[in-house]
Amino acid sequence: MKFKTFAAFVGPSLFMMLVFIALPLVSVFTQSFYNTQPVFEQVEIESCTPGFPDPVCVTRTETKPILGEDGKILTQTRFTGLESYRNVLELGRVKDALANGSWRQLMAIDFWKALRFTLTFTLLTLPLVVVVGLAIALAVNNAAKSLRGPVIFISLLPFIITPVIGALSIRWLFIGDGILTSFLEWWLAQDIAMFAQGWTIELMMLFYRVWHVAPFAFVIFYAGLQTVNQDTLESAIIDGANRWERLRYVIVPHLMPLIVFVALIHLMDCYRVFEEIVGFSSQSHVISLQWLTYDFLTPDDAGNRSIGRASASAMLTMIGIVVLLIPLLTRTWRDHKGSH
Amino acid sequence: MSTPLSMRQSLSLRVGSAGFLIFWCLLAAFPIVWIAVMSFKSPVDAFASNPLDVVIGPATRADGNGLSIIDIVLGLAALWASARFALRTLPRMVSRLTQPGTIVIGWIIAVSGFAVSFVIGFFVILPVILTGLNAIAGPLSTPLIGLTTVHYQSVWVDNEFYRNFLNSLLVTTGVVTVSLTVGTLAGYGLARSGSNLAFWLLILALIFRALPHSVLVAGYLPVFINSAEILRPIFGDAAPTLYGQPYAVIAVLVAINQPFTIWMLRSFFHSIPTELDEAARVDGCSHFQAFRRVIMPVMWPGVITTGLFSFLLGYNDFLVTSLLLDAQNQTMVPAIAGYFNRETTTTDQVEAIAAAVSITAPLFLLVMVFQRQIVSGLTAGAVKG
Repeated sequence: MKFKTFAAFVGPSLFMMLVFIALPLVSVFTQSFYNTQPVFEQVEIESCTPGFPDPVCVTRTETKPILGEDGKILTQTRFTGLESYRNVLELGRVKDALANGSWRQLMAIDFWKALRFTLTFTLLTLPLVVVVGLAIALAVNNAAKSLRGPVIFISLLPFIITPVIGALSIRWLFIGDGILTSFLEWWLAQDIAMFAQGWTIELMMLFYRVWHVAPFAFVIFYAGLQTVNQDTLESAIIDGANRWERLRYVIVPHLMPLIVFVALIHLMDCYRVFEEIVGFSSQSHVISLQWLTYDFLTPDDAGNRSIGRASASAMLTMIGIVVLLIPLLTRTWRDHKGSH
Repeated sequence: MSTPLSMRQSLSLRVGSAGFLIFWCLLAAFPIVWIAVMSFKSPVDAFASNPLDVVIGPATRADGNGLSIIDIVLGLAALWASARFALRTLPRMVSRLTQPGTIVIGWIIAVSGFAVSFVIGFFVILPVILTGLNAIAGPLSTPLIGLTTVHYQSVWVDNEFYRNFLNSLLVTTGVVTVSLTVGTLAGYGLARSGSNLAFWLLILALIFRALPHSVLVAGYLPVFINSAEILRPIFGDAAPTLYGQPYAVIAVLVAINQPFTIWMLRSFFHSIPTELDEAARVDGCSHFQAFRRVIMPVMWPGVITTGLFSFLLGYNDFLVTSLLLDAQNQTMVPAIAGYFNRETTTTDQVEAIAAAVSITAPLFLLVMVFQRQIVSGLTAGAVKG
């Protein structure tokens, strides 16, 4: 294919990606060094109350935003360097916390709290998703042929459901005296409030995420199981391998590329954990990196969005993704070079 | 053919495997089924701590909303008949009445016609008949199960949820059509070019796919809000404010979806032999003609599958739409946040549940119809690429 035809085919898609993905990245990068604020002025206000013989007058100075000609608040944008980053990272408080050796103090800072949750959440769900997905795939592979269709249908439901709604549906089972909470209370014979502390919410989030992603892993592993070499399996039997050894030494190595694939996709998606925070309304206990940026972007009570800080936290989130991708990219590059 | 003794499984293993499968199916379906049940009950029943109360709904029944035996029998019969019609008669009608080449349009008309007549028949005509029957049936008409559709009414009619539905429809249709048009071209180009440039583009797309969406939205938001001023030198006074425009959101979602779309379509195009386009080229087609006349007709399964995933992205999105659209043209998923953040009374909660079920119902139908395509789409990326 000539370069010109190739460009004509790929052009529109590349254009969209450059304008709506690459360009915003550049603008986020520059924004993170600037800060837009309303311009304030000091106004002296004299208020008088009637008195005798003279009225009592008090003069106060107030800071007020300046209104422009069109009646909107005037804003100015100035270069602030790394200030937004400092505001997000709050290194001063981190130093204090480390000096005191207090984990709780460190976790009071939004960014570090979000980072802690995002990383533990990603690392905890990863093995669970792989193991549960593999278990379902093996069980379905073991089931009668006529049952497989319906089972796949039911399994796809948690995967296809809108993430916010999925999280909400779990939340409604537990909220207040929801049936699962009352079941747990009856079973453990003690009072339980699932939404009163962080770790129970995190448990529910873990459950939701595994419930949501395991079907994806299952479908991929199930497709992989169909291509297991029967001869290898048979020779393993002849060599006296029991069921567990066959799984460990024949099936899992065969599925290894798929396990790596699922793990990679899961790492990318899980690092962006966000919908759980919205669905479980867990802002006051648990937040994630992406939610932090979202929170800076939503207007506060005065209607201001802190774009500068949002950009800084977005850039910091990006660094994490890049670190995550580097091993993958070097590997693909080596494969590509090897294939030529 | 009998399985050899060594491959045969012990009873405990078989029982364990079947038990695990049943457990998983219950786990997978339970939350969804349960919120569907809750959405039809009065708040007292929906949040009752005894599961039987939730299913049977004594408080709902006490309010005079319930289903009698006649209701249940007739309702199930109507459901069964319409399912049978949709699966048996409808495909035959479509294939008889459409010309070759217009089959997609024929299906769209048939499905929307069926949906409209089902809604009218099931929610308007059937209740009228049932009220009449129940009035004369005597003991058979005592309500057995409490069930009320009042929450759906207040969500869709009083709170005008249909506006959000229309916005969702607009955004998802836009996302699917644009991203498929742009994506098939790019996917074809990338699949048929073995150059280094194509490889680097795919890697770039992979990096873009990993980006958290909030990072991108942080880039759009200030530009979109001030776009009228920024674009004024080019468009004059007609410069639009992009914030709150569904079209801007469509463009954004298409771009976000592009990396995934081109990867998936590329792997589908790879499975079509190159000899096919070479033959077309020998017959005198240009590259584009070969793509349009020869490759696209055999590509439909791949296009449908990719379209499904684009649909899911546009339909399920919360982050982008909630930040870039204002309250007037909000789509369904962010609109539901308004319900559960309010949550002052339990009625509000049940209304939120009804809205959630309304959002989930189309997805449920989607899996039912396109299960095979979804599975093939999931495996296409992993097994081949």
